[in-house]
Amino acid sequence: MSTYISKRLIYMLIILLAASLLVFSLYALTPGDFISGNLKLSPERKAELREIYGLNQPLLERYFIWMKNALHGDFGYSLAQQTPVLTLFNQYIWNSFLLAIVSTFMTWLIAVIIGVNAAYKQYSWFDTLVMVGTFAAMSIPSFFIGLFLIKVLAVDLKWLPPGGMLATGSNATGLAYLREVVHHMTLPVIVMTLLGLGSLTRYFRSNMIDVIKQDYIRTARAKGLTERKVLFTHALRNALLPAITLVGFELPALFGGSLIIEKIFNWPGIGQLYMQSFGLRDYPLLVGFTMLIAVLTVIGTLLSDILYHIADPRVKL
Amino acid sequence: MSSMSEISTGKVPKRTPLKSSIWKQSMHRLFKDKLAVTGLIVVIIMFIACFIGPIFSPYSANKIHMNIMNHPPNMRHWLGTDGLGRDVLTRVLQAGRISLTVGLASMILSVFIGTLLGAIAGYFRGIIDQIIMRAADLLLTIPSLPLLFIFGALLSEWKVPTDYRMYIVMVMLSLIGWPSLARMVRGQMLSLREREFMQAATVLGLSSRRKLFHHLLPNIVPLLIVIATLNIGGSILTESVLSFFGLGVMPPTATWGNMIDAANNMLDFQNRPWLWIPPGFSIFVTVIAINIFGDGLRDVLDPKKKR
Repeated sequence: MSTYISKRLIYMLIILLAASLLVFSLYALTPGDFISGNLKLSPERKAELREIYGLNQPLLERYFIWMKNALHGDFGYSLAQQTPVLTLFNQYIWNSFLLAIVSTFMTWLIAVIIGVNAAYKQYSWFDTLVMVGTFAAMSIPSFFIGLFLIKVLAVDLKWLPPGGMLATGSNATGLAYLREVVHHMTLPVIVMTLLGLGSLTRYFRSNMIDVIKQDYIRTARAKGLTERKVLFTHALRNALLPAITLVGFELPALFGGSLIIEKIFNWPGIGQLYMQSFGLRDYPLLVGFTMLIAVLTVIGTLLSDILYHIADPRVKL
Repeated sequence: MSSMSEISTGKVPKRTPLKSSIWKQSMHRLFKDKLAVTGLIVVIIMFIACFIGPIFSPYSANKIHMNIMNHPPNMRHWLGTDGLGRDVLTRVLQAGRISLTVGLASMILSVFIGTLLGAIAGYFRGIIDQIIMRAADLLLTIPSLPLLFIFGALLSEWKVPTDYRMYIVMVMLSLIGWPSLARMVRGQMLSLREREFMQAATVLGLSSRRKLFHHLLPNIVPLLIVIATLNIGGSILTESVLSFFGLGVMPPTATWGNMIDAANNMLDFQNRPWLWIPPGFSIFVTVIAINIFGDGLRDVLDPKKKR
C-alpha cells in the first residue's frame, strides 16, 4: 500500500507539472493581456508596464519564473487588485466553501432519504416519480434554473434577495449579519442542492436496492426486527459505506466554488473572482485558480481510491 | 423439404444472422418501457419541430421589424417578439437546429475519438497506451470549464466567422469529452482481450486489425450506444453554458444558450421573460427526454447495470 501511494504521488506530481505548463501556455496564448485592455495608456507606457510585469519575455522563461516562485509558495500578484493571489484566494474561498458545504450537506441528506424510500418501494408510483425527478435534476441547465428562480422568487414574489451576500450598503454585525447572509444564500443553496440531487439520489437508490436483496437483510427480517430497524440500521449502513468514496470527488467542488452559480447569484466566492478576472486577463489569478482546481481534483481522486480501499478491503490498490 | 434439397445440391442454406434477433429482442423490450418510449417520442418531436418547423413559420428568424418590437406573446406571435421585432418562436426553433446539431455532432466526434484511442490503447498496450492514457489523464486533471473558456476567447480573437464558430465549438466539446470515454473503452478492451474467444481468434491467426474491428469493438457497441445517447444531453448543456457566456456560438446564429443571454439585460430579464424562458425550457425538455431514453436503452443493452 505504501509503495502504491508513493508511486501514485510521484505520478500525481508529474501530471500536475505537465498540467501547469499546459495551463500557463494556454492562458498566455489567450489573446490580449492585462495591459492591452486599458485604453487610457499610451503605447510607450504600455510597453513600459509590460516590461515591469515581465509580459514581454518569452513564454517558457515566464513559466519557469512562475514555477520557481510557485514551488516556494508564491503564486504571484493579481495584476488587477495588486494583492498576492493566495491572499485573495484566502479571502474569497471561504465564501465559496460556505455555499458548497451547506448545499452538499443538504444534497446528501435529501438524497439518502429519497433514495432509501424509493428503493424500498421499488417500481411503485413514488419510485417512478423519483426517477423522473432525478432525470429532471440532471437535465436542468444550471444557469437557467438560477435565472428562473431569481425571476420568480426574488423579482416577482420578492421572497428572497436576488444575489450578493449582504444587502447593499449593509453594515450589520453579529446575529443580524448572520441572518442577512443566511437570507442571501438560501436561493443559491436551493439551486445547488437541486442540481446535485439527481445523480446522488440514483446512486443511493441503486445501492440500497442491492443491499435489500442480500441474505443478511432476510435474516434480520426473520429475526423479527421491525421493518424500520432493518431498513435504517442494517441496510442503510451498508448502502452508505460505498458512498464515502464520493467524498474525494466532492473536494474540487467544495473549495473550488462554482463558476456558474456564483456568477449568476453574484456571490463573492472564488468562482466569481475567476469570472471577473477572465475578462481582465489577470493571468496570475487565472493560472492560480485553474491549478488550484487541478490540485484538488488530483488529491480528491487519490483520496477516493484510499477511502475505497478502507471501505472495502477486498479492493486491492 | 427445401433444406434437404439445398444440402443435396451442395448449396449452403442461408444463415440468418443471430445478431439481428438479439437486437430485435432488445428493441422489443425497449418499446415495453413506457418512460423510455415517451422520451424517444419527445426527442423525435423536438427534432421535427426544429428542423421542419421553421419552414412553415410565416416569419423569418433574422428579419428585423422595427414596428413590432418587444411584443408579449399574442395570437400572431405565440411567444412574442424580441427587441428587433423577430418572432421568438421561429427563433427558438431555428436555434434548436443549431443546438441539436452541435450536441449530435460533438457526440459523434467524441465517441469516435474516444473509442478509437481507447481501443488502440487497450489492444496494443505498451508505449502507445502510455501516451494516450497520459494525455487523457492530463485533460481530465485540468478543469473543463476554464479550458473551454480559454478556447472560446481564442476563437473570438482569431475572428472566426460566426458561421464557422459552431463547427469549432463542436470540436472543442469533443476535445473535452473524449478522455473519460477512452478510459472506459480501454478498460473494456483489457477485460475482453483476455477472453477465450480472443484466444481462438489469435489461434486462427487473424490480423490485429480484424481482431480489433471485427471481434473486440462489436462487443462494446451496446455500451457505446448508451453512452453516446447520454452524451448528447451533456453536450447540449455544455454548449448552452458556453453560448450563454458569449464564448460559444455567437449571434446572429441563434442557439438556445445565447438566446438566454437576453436575461443578462436587466429590462429583458425582469419585464420580458418570453425572450429567455422558452429557450431554457427547450433545453430542459430536450435533455431530460434524451436522458430518459438513454436510461431505458441502458436497461436493455447493458443488463449488468441496474437502474
